[in-house]
Amino acid sequence: MLSFPKLGLRAWIVVLLLVILAAAFILSLTLGSVRIPPEQVLRILSGGEPDKASWADVIFKFRLPKAITALLVGAALSAAGLQMQTLFRNPLADPFILGVSSGASLGVALVILGTGAGSASAFIAGLNAFGDLSLALAASLGAGTVLGAVLIVSRRVQNTVTLLILGLMFGYLTNAVVSLLIYFSQPERVQVFSLWAAGSFGGVTWNQMRVFAPVTIAGLFIGFVMMKPLNALLLGDDYARSLGLNVRRARFWIILSASLLAGVSTAFCGPIWFIGVAVPHVARSLLNTADHRALLPASMLMGASFALVADVIAQAPGSQYVLPLNVVMSLFGVPVILWVILHQRQLRFS
Amino acid sequence: MLTTSSLTIGYHRRPIAFSLDLELRPAEMVCLIGPNGAGKSTLLRTLAGMQEPLSGTVRLGGADLFSIPALELAKQLAVVLTGRVEAGNLSAYALVTLGRHPYTDWLGRLTPRDEEAVRRAMQLTGCEALAARPIHELSDGERQKVMIARALAQEPKVLLLDEPTAFLDLPRRVELLQLLKRLSRETRCAVLLSTHDLDLALRIADKLWLLSSSGELHIGLPEELALNGALARVFQSEGVEFDHARGAFKVHQPVCGPISLHGDRDGVATAWTWRALERIGYEVHNNGVRRPVHVDVLDSHHWHLTTPHGQSDHPTLASLLNALTAPSGNEPKRG
Repeated sequence: MLSFPKLGLRAWIVVLLLVILAAAFILSLTLGSVRIPPEQVLRILSGGEPDKASWADVIFKFRLPKAITALLVGAALSAAGLQMQTLFRNPLADPFILGVSSGASLGVALVILGTGAGSASAFIAGLNAFGDLSLALAASLGAGTVLGAVLIVSRRVQNTVTLLILGLMFGYLTNAVVSLLIYFSQPERVQVFSLWAAGSFGGVTWNQMRVFAPVTIAGLFIGFVMMKPLNALLLGDDYARSLGLNVRRARFWIILSASLLAGVSTAFCGPIWFIGVAVPHVARSLLNTADHRALLPASMLMGASFALVADVIAQAPGSQYVLPLNVVMSLFGVPVILWVILHQRQLRFS
Repeated sequence: MLTTSSLTIGYHRRPIAFSLDLELRPAEMVCLIGPNGAGKSTLLRTLAGMQEPLSGTVRLGGADLFSIPALELAKQLAVVLTGRVEAGNLSAYALVTLGRHPYTDWLGRLTPRDEEAVRRAMQLTGCEALAARPIHELSDGERQKVMIARALAQEPKVLLLDEPTAFLDLPRRVELLQLLKRLSRETRCAVLLSTHDLDLALRIADKLWLLSSSGELHIGLPEELALNGALARVFQSEGVEFDHARGAFKVHQPVCGPISLHGDRDGVATAWTWRALERIGYEVHNNGVRRPVHVDVLDSHHWHLTTPHGQSDHPTLASLLNALTAPSGNEPKRG
């Protein structure tokens, strides 16, 4: 009797990816403006007293929430990117393809730039009084509005491509409004906005984490439930239907998951490009499969590690400079990922 | 198994075929044939529950097809659609396991029962050896077998295929149709496939559904439809003539007038000489009546030609045809 190939993710790959992730996590706690040795980091994490008392503060107040944020965002955007690439059968699809990040940036732009825009500013100035949280709130509102609109449309539209075009059009529209706001704003405010648009994992406080983490985990959970429908969708909508899949419902949940993940990470960290497009391709190349039961967990683990490492580089260890996250990802990520993909079998979508 | 009553199919109030009363029985292989645009795909999609009929009902095992829950339907009816599947980087085995979708849990894990069904589907279609190969590396014929295995993994009672032979070369087409026929017998599955291969369908199908451009559907044994002229009528309106006697389309228009042919009745040489003469434009008769132009087939190395201008012997078919077409004194009169 012929033995058939094994499906799903092999145990040793999971272990390997977990080890890499743990290493990246410890590394990101170790490195920064001050270097804290790994054994000290572990001692602090396990509740012990470090050699320098201030180190515990650095770890708990700054580096730990930042590392957890990076881990979650990396996993979230990779999972969302994978889902969108399969749903739209397009290798260039990213988590923001349906306009979620455009909505978020419109929300943020209104808060930061709107006060300078004149008439309708009273309400927004009031919103600004919330300070730090108001950015996340505005971005969440913006992302949520787009998400809601996309979900409503997705239940009515039969054709997936129509949805894609609507998302793209909405993206252009919001970008136009954001550009208009930038055009009429004071330079200092534009600087604040571009700082947000550069992306950062450092802005999430423990308080915000109480919203950020559960929403991300919920999105990832839905993602796990949708692995089987995504596999059926590999064959196209018609075949998926013939396999008994309710395509419209599956699409709804997949979009909900991806948009929650993209929306919440944009709301708290700004738009983080690149991870969502690139990591799923790396996972496909390295695992040499299109099976989402392998790709989704692998993408999440790889994306989390990638985000952590990118953040370490962005902190420019040993210096006081912090580089924009999106710049670091593209500058350091593109060569790595090109190498991985070009050295594997030819690039195939999903 | 699958029956319809007064079914009208089509798109947007534009009906394609009316009042169809059809029946598919277990272990039966039916070929759906008809000219392009007659609505073969629409009929298949309607029978597969992928498209609502304009009126009438489709029943599967006694229940209304469109009221059967999707997952339940997927366990009874499987489809192989036309066109290449681009499913990315999946092994043939992984693709076939997708056929277990209606049976597996939320993670799509295969139980031993599922693995057995997948194994059997791959055995039946003879694609076990392809199991580990990525599907984008398979030839069209291999890929089509894998897609059929995927459909069989659903353990359906009805299997519908839309032009499964479309991209295949002739030996692969014959092989595929034989495979489907064998499957219908071995799994007792009702198989309905649309095809443009009239010759093959006539030889292999248990039954033909012949859909004309005007929306009429003729049902019968292949031979019946040939005998009663339905095939000829449907395709005649498309500008092609169907030869009752030989069960094939007439490809050549006779332009050179009649010629009589005499030879061993069952002889292979005679049959091929007949075809050669037809090809160069003669209307060939072999009913014993001698025409002014006459060919005797003596054996496969010896032809004897008689024309009003004389007689000649030919050692090859090429030389016979040369004599008939050459612009010389004994050229037969063109008609």
